Amino acid sequence: MASRFLLRRLLLILPTLFGVSIIVFVLLRVVPGDPIAMMIPPGASQADIDNLRQLYGLDKSILDQYLIWCSAVMGGDFGISISLRQDVVHLILSRLPATLELALSAMALAVVLGIALAIVGTYWQNRWPEAVVDGISGFNQAIPDFLWGLIFILVLGVLWPILPISGRIDPRTGIEFTTQFYLVESILRGEFAILIDLVRHMLLPMVALALPLTAVITRTLKASLFETMTQDYILLSEIKGFSRWRILIVEALRNALIPTVALSGVQFNFLLGGTVLIERIFSYPGIGNMAIGAVIDRDLPLIQGLIITFAIIFIFTNLLIDLSYRLLNPRVANE
Amino acid sequence: MNESGRRFGSLSSGHIRVYLGGSVVLLMIIAAVFAPWIAPHDPLEQDLISGLLPPFWSSDYDSAYLLGTDSLGRDLLSRLIYGARIALIVAIVAATLAAVLGTVLGLLAGYFGGLFDTTISRMVDIWMSFPPVLLSIILVAVIGTGLHSVIIAIVVIDWTRFCRVVRAEVLVQREQEYITSAVTIGLGRWTILWREILPNIVPLLITLLTLEMGIAIIVEAILSFVGLSVSSDQATWGGLIQEGRLYVHQAWWVMTLPVLCIIASVLAFNALGDGLRSILDPVMRR
Repeated sequence: MASRFLLRRLLLILPTLFGVSIIVFVLLRVVPGDPIAMMIPPGASQADIDNLRQLYGLDKSILDQYLIWCSAVMGGDFGISISLRQDVVHLILSRLPATLELALSAMALAVVLGIALAIVGTYWQNRWPEAVVDGISGFNQAIPDFLWGLIFILVLGVLWPILPISGRIDPRTGIEFTTQFYLVESILRGEFAILIDLVRHMLLPMVALALPLTAVITRTLKASLFETMTQDYILLSEIKGFSRWRILIVEALRNALIPTVALSGVQFNFLLGGTVLIERIFSYPGIGNMAIGAVIDRDLPLIQGLIITFAIIFIFTNLLIDLSYRLLNPRVANE
Repeated sequence: MNESGRRFGSLSSGHIRVYLGGSVVLLMIIAAVFAPWIAPHDPLEQDLISGLLPPFWSSDYDSAYLLGTDSLGRDLLSRLIYGARIALIVAIVAATLAAVLGTVLGLLAGYFGGLFDTTISRMVDIWMSFPPVLLSIILVAVIGTGLHSVIIAIVVIDWTRFCRVVRAEVLVQREQEYITSAVTIGLGRWTILWREILPNIVPLLITLLTLEMGIAIIVEAILSFVGLSVSSDQATWGGLIQEGRLYVHQAWWVMTLPVLCIIASVLAFNALGDGLRSILDPVMRR
């Protein structure tokens, strides 16, 4: 049953990706503005321009361009970035780990904080801790990650400068990494001084990304915890004499988590969308920062590669969330 | 919102929020409309010798520039005032257009149901599962930069907020007795929709519209921050932030002032919207 579901979901990925590729390709071909015009030095001859056009395949018809692009993409070749003059796949792969580390850390922080706040709010229902939790969530939700990022830069980076506000690592750190997963690698290699430097750089963008998501998790989970706590099986546990903490965390949380998990796929995608801006604000070298540069430079191959990368991540997040949703909620799996 | 019942003297907290939010919004409107008369300098006038001057609270400030200058010696106060203009234009035009589009589709989907409703609802679901910031940047990449592109991007992305709420509200209103009466006395479907249902969702729309204006201000700031809004020499709050970010260690106020403007205006629109909701909604007024 579960394997058939998995297979069906995996097969669905192909047409989805195909759809994304067509949309991306067609949309970006109708973009006004000529990428070649941005590359040539003033005073270039018409022959030079034509040569460049031919070099990048911009002289062929749109259908031909799509077919050439598609067959190349299938073989893992996204072309050469027009602005950076490097292989698109290589560029993206060298930046993707930084974004993944940032986004996943932010997600983890939001989940831990969100669950903790929801539990506190439920345990002290109708008392002052609940009001504090509601106040924090309300504030978190009113201010978007963009503004959080800017506020953090001003307060913790400039007025009271305790944390670095740009980059991923102190450039004076003379360490050679073999992978781009700096955080993971420094842990595995036991380089804890480096790890601390990495975490210090990541902290502000991570918290800025995590805060709005924390609010969503707190609110959803708190609502479903309230509801779960009125169920009969909870009453039974109370009669059995279990402590309120134990009931809340061991008995109620698992069932109450289901709506939150269902929601967190879309929320993770939102967070990932947020990295585009947050990376820009904190000059963090990930694919989000790169995406804005690519849009400004009208770098079509790079934009296409990046959108497809985002789409692939979105698709796999949704798949993962669906799977864990079924694991948590056997009633869905038995349908 | 249980706090709407709480009262401070003779004013409900809803009224207080409307007055507070409304006065900030009014201030912003005045600054935007009368910018050429209020601003002490031309926002584009450069004075390269007096770049990055500090604001009035600093000892070495220049009395000609109340809030200091940016790196090119342009007056910050004037640039903030002109920035309010762009922010407000985007807020009003984009939010109104998104409201009109979303409301019309939501009314039709909710009232007529059927295939149209299914299609629209499905579209809203898909639309809302995309990260809005990423979507707006891609949209602007496609349609090009400029004020109109920012407005189009906001409308294309945020009509769904209105559509979803209006549709749900129409589904509720449709079952009310006054609609049954209207049908009984023989009013046509369009008449019922425009004359009976629409007026009843106007309070909801006003609230949503006000909140959307706050969102539009942030989106405009984001797009001008990354350099995808109006041309960079025009004064925008997002553009000022982008510039201030570069000099944040030498002149922190260049970035701080526009950030404060954005926070103040967004909180003001939120307070106004929330306050209006508790005042206008007869159920919540209790």
